[in-house]
Amino acid sequence: MAYVAVTGGQEAIAASIELLKEYRSEGELALEISVIRDRMSLLVDRIMSEAGLYAPDYAALALKQCEGSPEEAVFLLRAYRSTLPRNYTSRTVFGSDMHVRRRISAAFKDVPGGQILGPTYDYVHRLLDFDLKEEDEAELEAWREQVKQERREELDNTPDGASDGRIPRVLDMLRQEGLLEQVEQDTSEPCDVTMEKLPLPPPRSAVLQTLSRADTGYISGLAYGDIRGFGMAHPTVGELRYGSLEIEVDYPLGEGESWYVGEVCVTEVESLVSAKPGGDGIGIGYGCVFGRNDTKAISMSILDRALVLDTDSPTSDAEFVLLHGDCLEMNGFLSHLKLPHYVTFQSKLDSIRNKKRSAEHGTKS
Amino acid sequence: MERNLNYNFAFLDEGSKREIRRSILHAIAIPGYQVPFGSRELPIGRGWGTGGIQITMSVIGPDDTLKVIDQGSDDSVNAVSIRKLIGTTTGVKTTTDSAEADIIQSRHRIPEEPLRADQVLVLQVPQPEPLRSVDPHEEVTRRLHGDGEYTGIWVNLFERYLQTGSALRGADHPVLTDGRYVMNPSPIPRYDNPKLDHAECLYLFGAGREKKIYAVPPYTKVESLTFDDQPFRREDMSGRKCRLCGAENVYFDEFFDAATGERMFQCSDSGFCKKRREKGGNCHEE
Repeated sequence: MAYVAVTGGQEAIAASIELLKEYRSEGELALEISVIRDRMSLLVDRIMSEAGLYAPDYAALALKQCEGSPEEAVFLLRAYRSTLPRNYTSRTVFGSDMHVRRRISAAFKDVPGGQILGPTYDYVHRLLDFDLKEEDEAELEAWREQVKQERREELDNTPDGASDGRIPRVLDMLRQEGLLEQVEQDTSEPCDVTMEKLPLPPPRSAVLQTLSRADTGYISGLAYGDIRGFGMAHPTVGELRYGSLEIEVDYPLGEGESWYVGEVCVTEVESLVSAKPGGDGIGIGYGCVFGRNDTKAISMSILDRALVLDTDSPTSDAEFVLLHGDCLEMNGFLSHLKLPHYVTFQSKLDSIRNKKRSAEHGTKS
Repeated sequence: MERNLNYNFAFLDEGSKREIRRSILHAIAIPGYQVPFGSRELPIGRGWGTGGIQITMSVIGPDDTLKVIDQGSDDSVNAVSIRKLIGTTTGVKTTTDSAEADIIQSRHRIPEEPLRADQVLVLQVPQPEPLRSVDPHEEVTRRLHGDGEYTGIWVNLFERYLQTGSALRGADHPVLTDGRYVMNPSPIPRYDNPKLDHAECLYLFGAGREKKIYAVPPYTKVESLTFDDQPFRREDMSGRKCRLCGAENVYFDEFFDAATGERMFQCSDSGFCKKRREKGGNCHEE
């Protein structure tokens, strides 16, 4: 029998999806969504940040559904987000209102409110902890209780009681002194790149939104390239803070009143960099991303500044930086290469055969 | 197809669909002009036809009949996947027969059977910008289009001629639409380019990742770019015959028999091929 071209796409897809279920469910232990949410929280944070959707439970569900692939999990959240109507816009949130859990400055040794390391892997020796192979859950629970108790006692012994964690910004001191580049407050309606194509040249609101949703690896690599030699000099982290922000929306019936709808945890960075290419003066690069992700927030602040500076560096090319870091777009286009290209390839073959034919014809005549 | 009632009709919310329809109207009003739009995220990968899907979902109604093809084939995995998504979120009737379809969504092909005035062909577009090879920046190419400054692409084609002996690209050979905008026809083979000219049907082009929509309305002049002394040439399909239906002078897929190494051909348009075989097969081309 002659060769039969591939058909039966429907059966093939169904079989492939069945295989995925098999791969996803390997082993004997069930994977609880709450376990992913609570114990893989940095991964959950990254998914929410790249998806632009703050939903820890859904992010954990997405991770369970796709064998823990970040690009697939982001994809699932984004597609789900497309189906949701947008009923409210939150009120403007200020990083200075953050309930801070981590806060450091590389610019000053001592800052009002102090340096607060919070949870960070920065000073952990990255040695595999083989004890975790057989961690005792009961012991762990007892340890957590004990820590909580100690903290409560510590609070009781604090004369002023618990603070709400609000700390002034480090750079406010420099701002008041007039040492930082003066930037005018922009209160115009921000651009929303999820509702319109990125305008070019992009307004800063669109730049920040795009960077905040960008793939972590992509913007980290670009920022590294920038500070290693293709862009500006070494920036100084004026302040990096991580904590929760309260989100409020306007109460539809009450003039000036608002509803508290929940909180989001973000990492916010203000980097100090030169105000002009090669010049002096201090400008600021800003980074703010969902969740605990120092590197992404710092990278964002570097790229924000690089795009403002407009130098010859590839990181100052807004279209290069902003159009190639969206998780869905880059992975979608790269993976489309797996689709059949028979028709276009046939057209290419025709061109080559035609050239060959005319060359042969040319030698004969 | 059975409709999944957990989602809105055609997946997207009504506001988004209306917004996309406005962009489509804008595109029809200025043939060949790339209209930016707020491309939505879909459950299918960007770069896998999301521009076409958003157009189809925005214009489709419950009484429409839909056909989806990929590289001419109704049975290609991506065509199956897209048909399933649109089918299950709308519940519309689907078909493989071009003549029966109200809306045909396609990647890289225009069906062999000429389309009618009551039909819409939606083409999926990977790169909507014909001037991308002239300048990688959108800001620059938009200005060039605005000025009608197409020297760059002509130089590109001339360089191509010097290097390869032909000014013609493979698939996605650029066209001039309505005498005004240079446009990528999407990666259809040159064989399909002439079908765009003064066609009866409406052609809509959607680029989801690049967030652009453009259109060729019925009876619009569409010329493939070429030099006066370098005539436009379609892919040479002469001397070939479909091994299934016997058709000649259509666009073919090429196969090699694994056992004999023999080269053989089959209609790229699977619906067209099937229809011919059902009508009695191996009949001669009209």
